[in-house]
Amino acid sequence: MALTGVLRPGHVALRVLEMGPALKHYKDVLGLIETARDDKGRVFLKAWDEHDHHSVVLRETDEAGMDYMGWKVASVATLKKLATDIEQSGLCTDLGWVPAGEHPTTGERFRFTIPTGHVMELFAEKGIVGNNCGTDGENINPNPWPDGLQGISPSRFDHCLLYGDDLDGTVKLFTEVLGFGLAEQVMAGEDKSFMIGAFLSCSNKAHDVAFIRQPVKGKFHHASFELGSWEKVLHAGDVLSRNHTSIDIGPTRHGITRGETIYFFDPSGNRNEVFSGGYIYYPDRPTITWWDVELGPAIFYHDRKLNEAFLSVFT
Amino acid sequence: MHFVVTIENTGETFRCGEEDNVLQAMEQLQRRGIPVGCRNGGCGVCKVQVSEGSYTKRKMSRAVISADEEASGCVLACKIYPQSDLRVEVVGKMARAIVAKKSMSFDFGFATATAINQPDEEK
Repeated sequence: MALTGVLRPGHVALRVLEMGPALKHYKDVLGLIETARDDKGRVFLKAWDEHDHHSVVLRETDEAGMDYMGWKVASVATLKKLATDIEQSGLCTDLGWVPAGEHPTTGERFRFTIPTGHVMELFAEKGIVGNNCGTDGENINPNPWPDGLQGISPSRFDHCLLYGDDLDGTVKLFTEVLGFGLAEQVMAGEDKSFMIGAFLSCSNKAHDVAFIRQPVKGKFHHASFELGSWEKVLHAGDVLSRNHTSIDIGPTRHGITRGETIYFFDPSGNRNEVFSGGYIYYPDRPTITWWDVELGPAIFYHDRKLNEAFLSVFT
Repeated sequence: MHFVVTIENTGETFRCGEEDNVLQAMEQLQRRGIPVGCRNGGCGVCKVQVSEGSYTKRKMSRAVISADEEASGCVLACKIYPQSDLRVEVVGKMARAIVAKKSMSFDFGFATATAINQPDEEK
């Protein structure tokens, strides 16, 4: 197994103002599949091609935003090792273990707050429910996609973009402790030495998480879900418009990661993205650098300008 | 039933039905003045202070509107529905965008010369 350590984004836990409209959005419009509800009123969902039990957790409360993002690691031994490494790095606060079963079918999770103020978790075990494609049993002679998909129906929860202040500390944690590669960076200042954006990969994806430096702690810009083609991004725009979903921008392309994208908002104002494309990242791929003066095309390649919402609208 | 909403910062007025939220009515009538963000009560950029009039409201994120603010009429335009004519003052974090001139400089917490689209209400 070449991919070790942190495998992928495992889940994102979002706060919603009202569960009813949130479920209509995430199930009927986005097209995630509900897999469980718990006695706290949380709802657990997954995208169709994810085998693990859940990748999105919704919790109704009085403010929008992200509670935490969870990462699946390769094994229980890896989980223990990374927990020790994180503790020894001194970069994180509020370290602790969440007991097994606090999320349905999920093993214990190591939780910590990173320098940009976001709560992150690592876990090694989560129940496998499959993707419902098999024709002669789970994963046996599968169809390419299952029946009964709703709405946009992305294949997976892919990444988050997060806003926070201590970008240097967070990038140090992800690259030096958690083993991520820096796929792309946005640099400011006269000598281009001040990092204002970091796009980090633990896999072959162009990014698994991204951070932008802003004078805030723990803020959420978007959670992104993967589509198989540019045409499906256009179709997503159709689905969003016919459902009167609040669209932020797109369909368009990002310069960074080359992804084709549309941004929109859930009924609580949390931004979602569905995207396609991008390139294959390997750990030996040179880091791409964008200069701040080119941030417009870096973010929205066709407009070549940011909209102010990109930097001002987050939860 | 329709009422008139007046944006005190700009003097802009527009009609808003009692079933429509103020931000939605402004957008539908192609009017400007209140910054548009998520439209769903989460991001806070459409924050206004209601100085006159009555309205009903729906849930808005406590991360951007405190209970005290809400009680004093400082609310999100996307979550209020008029019950009378309204006068509102834009106070959200993009309020500078509607009162500043086009030569304004943006400061997003880092030094950057990036070209930024003027928000819709300035075009």
